[in-house]
Amino acid sequence: MNFEFTAEQELLKKAAREVAEEVIAPRVEEMEKTKELPEDFYPIMAEAGFTGILVPEEYGGSNLGTLAAILVVEEISRVSAALGTSFQVHCLGYLPLVRLGSPELKAKYLPGVAAGQYIATGAITEASGGSDPTGGMTTTAVRDGDDWIINGRKCFISNNKTANCTWVTAVTKDQPKKEFTTFFVDKSMEGYKTGRMESKAGFHGLDNGDLIFQNCRVPHSNIILGEGKGITVAMTSIGRMGRMGMAAVGLGVIKASLDAAVKFANERVLYGKPIAHLQAVQFKIAEMTYLLEASRLLVYRAAWMTDQNVPDKELAPYVAMAKLYATDAAIKASDLAVEILGGYGVVEEYHVERYLRDARMIWAAAGTGDIMKLTVARMHLNG
Amino acid sequence: MRPLRIAVCVKPVPDPKESNRLQIDPATKTLVRKGIPLVINPLDRHALEAGIKLKEEAEGKVTVFSMAPPAAEQTLTETLAMGADEAVLLSDLRFAGGDTLATARVLAAGLKKMGEWDLIICGAESFDGGTAQVGPQLAVLLGIPWLTRVCQLKREDDNHLLVTVEDETEQRDLLAQLPLLITVDSAVNQPRRLSLLGILAARKRKVITFTADDLPVDLAGIGLNGSPTQTRDLFTHESTKKVELLTGSPQQVAIQLLDKLGLTEKGAGQ
Repeated sequence: MNFEFTAEQELLKKAAREVAEEVIAPRVEEMEKTKELPEDFYPIMAEAGFTGILVPEEYGGSNLGTLAAILVVEEISRVSAALGTSFQVHCLGYLPLVRLGSPELKAKYLPGVAAGQYIATGAITEASGGSDPTGGMTTTAVRDGDDWIINGRKCFISNNKTANCTWVTAVTKDQPKKEFTTFFVDKSMEGYKTGRMESKAGFHGLDNGDLIFQNCRVPHSNIILGEGKGITVAMTSIGRMGRMGMAAVGLGVIKASLDAAVKFANERVLYGKPIAHLQAVQFKIAEMTYLLEASRLLVYRAAWMTDQNVPDKELAPYVAMAKLYATDAAIKASDLAVEILGGYGVVEEYHVERYLRDARMIWAAAGTGDIMKLTVARMHLNG
Repeated sequence: MRPLRIAVCVKPVPDPKESNRLQIDPATKTLVRKGIPLVINPLDRHALEAGIKLKEEAEGKVTVFSMAPPAAEQTLTETLAMGADEAVLLSDLRFAGGDTLATARVLAAGLKKMGEWDLIICGAESFDGGTAQVGPQLAVLLGIPWLTRVCQLKREDDNHLLVTVEDETEQRDLLAQLPLLITVDSAVNQPRRLSLLGILAARKRKVITFTADDLPVDLAGIGLNGSPTQTRDLFTHESTKKVELLTGSPQQVAIQLLDKLGLTEKGAGQ
């Protein structure tokens, strides 16, 4: 076994850290107030070459794989979980094109994705819920000549305002059995609109809310994989990027919490010496450290397995474990950081209260922790 | 304008962001760097940026040189990702413990080995040692003129640079003839960030490693034994400065202050 990153991966981490620390960090305070994604975030990410990290080289990307994308998400999330999430959602938004799209669809969109002209998202969740999409999905697509007409409303969609393209899953047949199809839609297509925005406890700077499809006309050629294969497409996106991406956001939050707690513990003097000398504080720092290390091992391995092209079904429990553990660890680590900082822990200027709010946001995104447990249990049990 | 052959000297140093973790080994009197990541010396990033900018203006080639342990290969790969064309690592246990002159001798040998240079750029000083000596010593060994603390830099024509140098009292604009060695300050430019495209481009470039056996260098003049300066002691300076608060009415405070300054009779009219 080799637990070391390659020299290239180390440089990639460093490149992402430079963007995070030099460009994003000075804007976090403003994002907390305005809740808006900085306008130049994606141009900067494109200039650094990150927007096309999963795009094959023939379409202008770098095709560095899931682990590389995860490392970028982690570094960005260490400074802003909101922007780390936005970036990972962009990746999950275009991944189905890369893996399952027709050559025509790839040629149409992927060069723009790599260049930062297309910012993507994915839309499956509706008001009836995200984890049981087939049961409650009401969005429909009806064939009209060479096109399909999509009608429906998707909710809790990250990047719903920032993204100008998305995959969207719709019911394309009702009888004798419901069939679902996934389309790739861009904002040049009439009837694709941003709906209401959610106001959330955390992830300030990430837009999230409804996408509305109102008589949205989409060419037949924009179907990904084929009619009736919509759930496979959606689960490829969520299973091979979305859940792992959220787990990587968790890694960033844990590291940020640990760094803040260590800095405070070394500087805060009580009883004549830094509180780092107190065993109660040392225990908390130790716990945060092993939570980070254990989470990283799970997340990096799941990302590595994805890059080894392990099939979706076999991969799913490993991704679920990574997502579940890193999320719980992020909640625990950020909570411990708040405790170590005492009164300062709930002061905005010290950031750790933001880490705790953001950690809570990860739990539900891309499948709740409880849904992750069901996925893990299915490794051993039927049902 | 004709393309320039540019050499940039860089030093891997402990990450300044982690400087509070640096400690001194009381026995060996050396810095304990274990667990602290190495980065390109901050001013050397400016040196590299200056070289790359000149290359972008009129083509040419930028070669990075570093005398460092083998682990510095990662640091040199980073310089390739930033835009250097090639990187040369001068690495040998016999180089270890060298002072600034011994280091300059190894760098000079490395530069000679790789050809001739129009311009050599160094950071004005290193974050850890901070002597600011290696650049000028290297220029002397190569027999070329040098200018230190360059804060502005522009190509004037085929054989001249327009540079602004700065010292404690003034700034001077100079027309400098090539070949030349300059050391640069942080004001000279804003180093570019690493990019994925740069990292991918670095795949095609290699770090070349030379040992003492590969270089035209006198073994008696390198490493700890070849260094005219030896470290006798290294310690953390303990600040003994104290703040004393004078209290009382303004008149009382003024008298106390004059008393402290030894001016009581004159100042208080006593």
